[in-house]
Amino acid sequence: MDHNIQKELKVSALENGTVIDHIPSNRLFTAIHILNLDKNDNPVYFGTNMSSKKYGSKGIIKISDRFFDREEINKIALVAPTATLIEIKDYKVVSKYSVETPKEVQSFVKCFNPKCITNHQSVPTKFKVFTDDKGVIKLLCNYCEKTTTQENMRFQ
Amino acid sequence: MKNRSLISINDYSKEEYLHILDVAEDFEKNPRQKILENHVVATLFFEPSTRTRLSFESAISQLGGKIIGFTDAASSSTSKGETLMDTIKTVANYSDLIVMRHPLDGSARWASEVSSVPIINAGDGANQHPTQCLLDMYSIRKTQGTLENIHIAFVGDLKYGRTVHSLVIALSQFNATFHLVSPEELKLPSAIKKYIKEAGLKYHQYTEIEEVIDQVDILYMTRIQRERFADPIEYERVKNSYILKDHMLKNTKTNMRVLHPLPRVNEIEEAVDKNPKAYYFQQALNGVYVREAIVATILGLK
Repeated sequence: MDHNIQKELKVSALENGTVIDHIPSNRLFTAIHILNLDKNDNPVYFGTNMSSKKYGSKGIIKISDRFFDREEINKIALVAPTATLIEIKDYKVVSKYSVETPKEVQSFVKCFNPKCITNHQSVPTKFKVFTDDKGVIKLLCNYCEKTTTQENMRFQ
Repeated sequence: MKNRSLISINDYSKEEYLHILDVAEDFEKNPRQKILENHVVATLFFEPSTRTRLSFESAISQLGGKIIGFTDAASSSTSKGETLMDTIKTVANYSDLIVMRHPLDGSARWASEVSSVPIINAGDGANQHPTQCLLDMYSIRKTQGTLENIHIAFVGDLKYGRTVHSLVIALSQFNATFHLVSPEELKLPSAIKKYIKEAGLKYHQYTEIEEVIDQVDILYMTRIQRERFADPIEYERVKNSYILKDHMLKNTKTNMRVLHPLPRVNEIEEAVDKNPKAYYFQQALNGVYVREAIVATILGLK
């Protein structure tokens, strides 16, 4: 009877800013953490477990008045290689692109090996990024030479 | 190789290993060449070691070099809380080359990034021990006349044994065939098998030494440590399957030699020591020539 009930929660369209789409639902909060969006002052909207034709379920983030360097945004490729970006200016889409897996990552991922020097002294981490035979992203530590896999990736 | 650190066996090419082995051969003929008289080498042992430290110190002494350093972290400023970076930067001011062993994985690579003099890794935790690998290669080449096309059996703890991992990686460049003998729990990790596969080589896995001992050129024994087993009953069950006894050598190939990185506990019966196929003490001596060669090469003297 109450036909005024809104069936959808409408997130306002961005005037200026970035939309990060197609993030795996279970990686949304990790992506937010990697990009430090939990510590910034811009308005951030996010949703997760949303239906996606391509992936079944997805997460999405919208950030007002914020644009990213490729290098910075590519960090999330480690957890969300399917993510796509849309940049909006004056309500118009000005560019669309996909994240790219970086060849090397420094300082923001922790080495999973508890005996690695980077977990004991103030040594910035450094990894080579590679994909295994099954296409899974893995990180080879420059120091202890052990491989950190996606399940045991932790972020500093 | 001059002024280049030796941290991991992957740092040097096949030609570079072979150069070091050739120089070591020269030192074997004439070990007391006084070419290091104007050099100071630091040996920093943040954890105790007998064989590796003494063979390095013997190598440096035989070449006439001066040695400074410490034999465990308790007698260094590390016990006051100094970081590895600060220790290395300081000692680099006092020496031409640093040989170091440290309990943490990756410590030697980090040291090489902050040091103004080259670093030789004498063991970083469970990660790498490249000078052991080079002396193993030297011992294989010396006993077999070549490093190419060797059939080698690795026995015991293939999962955690860093010497095994390094030697598998190195021999993958020399068309070796690998025979891997271990209990189920201690099989060679797939990250190491990858090197064998990428080189297009073959490996075979066994659980008993007898299955393969008569076919191989080198039998590389390792120690199985009790603490590697989650289940102590499992350890008791397998521990005796990996003990080499003299009678087992009876039908082995005439060129076959037994290698072991030492220290040995009980995995090779002492009766084997008298068998001419036992080579592990000679292998330890080869360590001196190989370390002379590594030090001299990195200092640009050979």
